Formats: sequence, C-alpha cells, structure tokens
Amino acid sequence: MDFKYFNDPERLLKLVSLFLEDGVGATCSIFALTLMLSLPLGLVVALGRMSKMPLSRWPVSFYIYFMRSTPLMLQVMCIYFLLPQILPFKMDRYWAVIFAFAINYAAYFAEIFRGGIQAVPIGQREAGRVLGYTRAQVFMRIVLPQTVKHVMPAVTNEVVTLVKDTALASTVAITEIMLTARRQVNANYTVEPYLMAMIIYLVLNGVASQLCKLAERKLNYY
Amino acid sequence: MLRAEGIQKNFGAEGVLKGISLQVNKGEVVALIGPSGSGKSTLLRCLNQLERVNGGAIYLDDLCMCSTENGRVQYAPEATLRQIALRMGMVFQSFNLFPHMSVLKNLIDAPVHVQRVPKGKAIERARALLDKVGLADKADQYPHQLSGGQAQRVAIARALCLQPEILCFDEPTSALDPELTQEVLAVMRGLAAERMTMVVVTHEMGFARDVSHRVVFMEDGDVVEEGPPSAVFASQNPRTRQFVGK
Ligand SMILES: Nc1ncnc2c1ncn2[C@@H]1O[C@H](COP(=O)(O)OP(=O)(O)OP(=O)(O)O)[C@@H](O)[C@H]1O
Ligand SMILES: [Mg+2]
Repeated sequence: MDFKYFNDPERLLKLVSLFLEDGVGATCSIFALTLMLSLPLGLVVALGRMSKMPLSRWPVSFYIYFMRSTPLMLQVMCIYFLLPQILPFKMDRYWAVIFAFAINYAAYFAEIFRGGIQAVPIGQREAGRVLGYTRAQVFMRIVLPQTVKHVMPAVTNEVVTLVKDTALASTVAITEIMLTARRQVNANYTVEPYLMAMIIYLVLNGVASQLCKLAERKLNYY
Repeated sequence: MLRAEGIQKNFGAEGVLKGISLQVNKGEVVALIGPSGSGKSTLLRCLNQLERVNGGAIYLDDLCMCSTENGRVQYAPEATLRQIALRMGMVFQSFNLFPHMSVLKNLIDAPVHVQRVPKGKAIERARALLDKVGLADKADQYPHQLSGGQAQRVAIARALCLQPEILCFDEPTSALDPELTQEVLAVMRGLAAERMTMVVVTHEMGFARDVSHRVVFMEDGDVVEEGPPSAVFASQNPRTRQFVGK
C-alpha cells in the first residue's frame, strides 16, 4: 500500500491540524450541545411518560416510539428540509442538527431514566412522604440522586454512541470530522484521511468513556 | 390525642379494614397485634397518610385529617395534611434509610429542608439522638455499612429528629435476627420510659406484654379485643387465646 500521509510526519501533522481546525470542533460542539439539551429534556419526557394522565402519557409514548423507530439520519434530513418550511424564521443548518439530535437522544434517555426512576424502591418514597417532604422534594432529594447512580452505565453507552452519531451531521453538510475526511479522501485519492478520522473518533471516545467512568466512580460512594 | 373512627379501607372489592376505631392517648404505648393479613400495616399506613381511607374519620387532637359524610370521604386541605404528617413519625420494617446520604444527613435532611430548622441546630439535635440510640460513632457512615439493628436504630433516630408527637412502628424488628431485635427493642423501651406516644405493630409478644399500656388484637380487618396487656394476654376469647398463646 502506498501511503501519502502516514509515512511523512510533516504531512501527517498537517492532516491532523486540518481535522483540528475543520471538524473536531464541530463534532465536539454537536456532542456537547446534544448532551446538554437531551439529558434534561429526557428527564422531562420520562416524567411525562410516567404521568398518571393519559393525555400526557400517550403522546409522549408515541414520541418516544417515533424517535426510536426511525433512523436518526432520516430525522436529521426531515428536520433540515421540512422545518424551515414550517417555521417563520430561518433555521441555521447547525441548529437543525442540534435540534434533531437533542429530541432523538431525549427519547433514548427518557427510557433509561424511566427505568432508573422505577428501580428506586417504593419504600424510599414512602419514607420521604412520612418525613414530610413535598412530592417535588421526594423526587429531587431522594429519587433523582438514586436514579443517577442507577442509569450511569446506560448513559455511558449512549454517550459513546453519540460521539459516533455526530458523523450523521455530514449528511446536511456540516463540516465535522466525517465530512472533512471525505473531502480529503476525494481530493487526494487516498483513504488515509478516513483512517485518521477513525483514530480521532477512538481518541474522543476514549476520553468520553474515561470521563463517564470517573463519574461512575464518584457515584460509588454508597 | 390520635383518634380513628370507623376506618374502612378496600383494595379493589376486598375490604381490608372494616370500620376500625382506635384511640391513642398522649404518652401511651399501643401494641397492635394480629395474624398476618389482618390489616395492621394498612391501618398504620392510613394513619400516616400512605393510604387513603374509603370511610371513617381520623383526628389528631383538634385537627381533622379526614372525615366521612353521607358515604363521601373528605380529606383536609394539603396544608393541614402536612401539618398532621409532621406531627407523626413512622418506622418501617425495611428501615428505608436513604442510601445516598450519610447517617447524619439521613437525620438532618428533613428537619433542614422540610421544617426549616437551621442546619447547626439540626446537627446538634441529630448527634444527641444518635448518641441516644447508641450510634454516635456512625454519623459519617453510609446506611450500607450498618447492620440491620443499627440501620433500624438510625431510622428511629431519623423519625425522632423531626420531633413528632406520635411514632408509629410497623414490625420494626421483623427483618432482624434475635440479637439485633433486642438492641432495637431496647431503644423502644427507652422511648416508652420517656413517655413517647407510640403505636407499634409487632409480633414480639414480650414487648407487647411488658412495654405497652394497651394491646389491640386485630383479625380480618376488625378489632377483636383490646385492653391492658394483662387482660388481653389472659383473655377468655378463643381467638385471642389461640393467637397470644402460641
Ligand atoms: N396495596 C395493596 N393492594 C392490594 N391488597 C393489599 C395491599 N396492601 C395490603 N393488601 C391486602 O390487605 C390485607 C391486609 O394487609 P396488611 O399488610 O395490612 O396486613 P398485616 O396485618 O400487616 O399483615 P402482616 O402481619 O403479614 O404484615 C392483606 O390481605 C393484603 O393482601
Ligand atoms: Mg404488615
């Protein structure tokens, strides 16, 4: 095999810095924004899913079913092409992607949180109630902290998947790692940028899962 | 001070409490005994608002928790219910300590966040209570590091930390082996000696006989017999005899 980059440190360094300038930033920001939005949204969706009111439970169930049953790529495309026609304002493609990712991941997180919330023994709530906590306090002070510990492994899985899913942003021409790699491959007639992209994803996920492990260990105090 | 009148509770079509009345006076220790399934836990849970009654009335002094008129149960407004709840404490068979909080935090969290007691004062109160149940050295441990007997003593201290006027116990020693049972019963004896008002569901006949002022024998959702332990344990009623005799 004939290498154009991997046998020349100087060109290799250039390729790396190209990815760092044009790709890694977008990938990381899509990742971070999606997490920041979908985690709290997922909690709200989980509560809606568990509500006693059918008027809240049924639509939320359908939303979760929809998000988990259709390809994320299709969701990204639809939101990118359809939403601007419905919305009165122009939606930046970047934000369309963030929006699609956030509502998709919220559905997955919602199911994880629901399991975690239900795993907290009923006796914990009852103890809270007889100690005079309001319903909101029982949730915030007793149920939620125990849920967090319970869901950490499943959330870690989603985090790792999300790092990889950011590549779907390339389908609507966001210059993240995947798109940069493809452009370089096409321009230089070599697959080496793809290999480089793989290495970068490996590094990113290595960091992400280490951070999750750290959080899990922090939660292991009880 | 606590008065329950004609309490009915159904689960589906099944009547679990069939018009039970119970009065608890200040400083009194009432032992609730009876066979499994007789509705002892359900009664306690109704008193502590963990279940809603289907009929009857419950009063704490002059506060009305719920009453029934023309077959319709009416519960007091939320504020009154909370006020009543805070004057009552409950200790569960399965302890139900909060696993994510240290022992000290288990004790002070409700006083600080529910009663708005200043944190320093709550800690002071909590340490005194831990000392009282013989666990002063466990303040910074987590519940999973405690034995069952220790956990239950912490649970009692946690309930006491809100300074309730009545403390209810639902089989507080059933999950414990005999040795650990004794250390929990010792704490409860201490409370009785301090004139704490208590309602205790128990299978510990020794405790019912020696510590309680009044024994209530329940069967099948009704009170069969009640009276001072000396009377109930010497009862002529065949059902009572059979139960306490074993
Ligand atoms: N949440 C519930 N749903 C349906 N039935 C219930 C529920 N809780 C209790 N019961 C039924 O009510 C009856 C009384 O139960 P309860 O727990 O009050 O009895 P108990 O006297 O405390 O018995 P034990 O000594 O075994 O604790 C039982 O027949 C039980 O099956
Ligand atoms: Mg019971």
